Amino acid sequence: MSDYLVQFNNISKFFGKVIALKDVTMKLKKGEIMCLLGDNGAGKSTLIKTLAGVHRPDEGEIIVEGKKTIFDSPKDALDMGIATVYQDLALVSLMSVTRNFFMGREPMKGPPFFKTFDIEKANKIAAERMGQIGIDVRDPSQAVGTMSGGERQCLAISRAIYFGAKVLVLDEPTSALGVHQASVVLKYIVKAASQGLAVILITHNVHHAYPVGNSFTVLNRGKSLGTYEKKDISREKLLSMMAGGEELNKLEVELQEMNRSSTN
Amino acid sequence: MSTKSKSIETKTDFNQDERLKKVSKLKLLLNRPELGALGGAILVFIFFGIVAGDTGMFSAYGVLNFLDVSANLGIIAIAAAMLMIGGEFDLSIGSMIGFAGICIAIPAIYWGWPLWMSIIFAFSMAVLVGYFNGILVVRTGLPSFIVTLAMLFILRGATLAITRLITGRTQVPGLRVLIEDDPLAWIFATDTFKWVFSWLGSMNLIALRTDGTPLATGIPPSVIWFIALAIITTWILMKTRYGNWIFASGGDKNGANNVGVPVGRVKISLFIGTAVAATIFATIQVLDAGSADTMRGTLKELEAIAAAVVGGCLLTGGYGSAIGAAFGALIFGTVSMGIFYTDVDTDWFKVFLGAMMLIAVIFNNYIRRKVTESK
Repeated sequence: MSDYLVQFNNISKFFGKVIALKDVTMKLKKGEIMCLLGDNGAGKSTLIKTLAGVHRPDEGEIIVEGKKTIFDSPKDALDMGIATVYQDLALVSLMSVTRNFFMGREPMKGPPFFKTFDIEKANKIAAERMGQIGIDVRDPSQAVGTMSGGERQCLAISRAIYFGAKVLVLDEPTSALGVHQASVVLKYIVKAASQGLAVILITHNVHHAYPVGNSFTVLNRGKSLGTYEKKDISREKLLSMMAGGEELNKLEVELQEMNRSSTN
Repeated sequence: MSTKSKSIETKTDFNQDERLKKVSKLKLLLNRPELGALGGAILVFIFFGIVAGDTGMFSAYGVLNFLDVSANLGIIAIAAAMLMIGGEFDLSIGSMIGFAGICIAIPAIYWGWPLWMSIIFAFSMAVLVGYFNGILVVRTGLPSFIVTLAMLFILRGATLAITRLITGRTQVPGLRVLIEDDPLAWIFATDTFKWVFSWLGSMNLIALRTDGTPLATGIPPSVIWFIALAIITTWILMKTRYGNWIFASGGDKNGANNVGVPVGRVKISLFIGTAVAATIFATIQVLDAGSADTMRGTLKELEAIAAAVVGGCLLTGGYGSAIGAAFGALIFGTVSMGIFYTDVDTDWFKVFLGAMMLIAVIFNNYIRRKVTESK
């Protein structure tokens, strides 16, 4: 028996003649953070949607806790404990923290047919959960719009965990954030992993990925360039493996030449 | 509960300056969407209290008069507000009022149906129209503004054409005699708390007719419906799961969908709500007047939306309140009746209505920016 929590083996996805993904393999254990790196157009979005159950892979297999499964819908993936936090976070900024936290999954109370939304309980849980990650929500009825970007990201992740996620798929959780906010979010991701969750962190920012990741998969033009343990690869090597790496080197050389010619 | 969270308890250091200051109860109240309308209603009453305090506007008869007008508008304004919070418009409310009236009158007068059956028929048609509006908007993704504008013309045209085809006229009178002994009509046609008014009359506390009966005979059915709807819808919005879904559907339909809110079903049910509210309005008016008119309800959709906006609803959805729309309707109803008691020419009413709406929109916009602004 494998001790992997979730395995994606040789996943391929085609759109007509376009090969969006080819033979991508990812295996995650409990408590592991795998970073999926890739430049724009590398196939990250297609991969996320395949993990989340939006797309069905054309080839390959998905194995969750030792059982081979097929996701027919996002709900299937969610029921198997694979929760995806998209870039838009699925938060409504005009609604309160509590109402967002329990959106679509409201706790109820009261007799059958007269069930009401148990706001008191929801407020308590939301405040408690946010408190655990160090966000002091004095008033859980405050609008999410008043929170910072990092706090919103943490709220979305915390919501996914509360509702039973075993595998967290995070789509560019730090891309819209400043340095400080990004580090807060990354810290929270590490804590979540230390609780036994497996995390797939999708990003194009090596500097955010390298400190937190246990392993790294680099995606380029729909293909995996391999998965590396942290000890086997340096930050610089990762950078240059992403398509941008080589090109940036080339750009640097070109710029130097331009400089030289202009000073002459 | 899925994971033990003990080890997450170490505090992450969000900067002090990113934190909000302690919010006072007063400030919380200021953030409520219905605040503007409540303040507006109080101002309106103070104004007429000063200008028309001794004219009979605030006699029992006068009060019931402007309450009746407010309540009629309020019934559709509340439904319009619910739909707006859900992120959509319904411009066919006014036409639905005319259509529903005819749906009651023609079967009752020309086809010999009992009145109760005609009323049920009208409500069934309302559910169909609302469902059709909703499914069109949800399935096509077209703006509800366009879809229901089309329905505005279709319903009004059909009402006129069908009525003329069957009756040769545009009005259908003769309903009053059918109300008596009908098992259903009384819900829409009975004044309540009559004993209170007779008692007040016998104590000479309210104005009497020459025959000794009080001038104001009881609370009109519209007021009871209005109050009941305001309470039920506010309860739905604040206290039920469905209420949370309405806010979510209007605030961000993709986000709501992603976390499992049945956005399509919520929106369709809200469209059914506006059509049914229009039919309640129509039934009360038709039974009160004893006749149906094909032009009844013209422009009512815009007044309903205006009241909802004054009541704090944003045109972009996801924010607002039903009780606010009720206050909005109360403002419009009070001013439209109160203006008769002042020296002001009634032509100015529409000017007031427009100005009120403008102020409300500017105010709401400011509130929205305050609520959503990142700290």
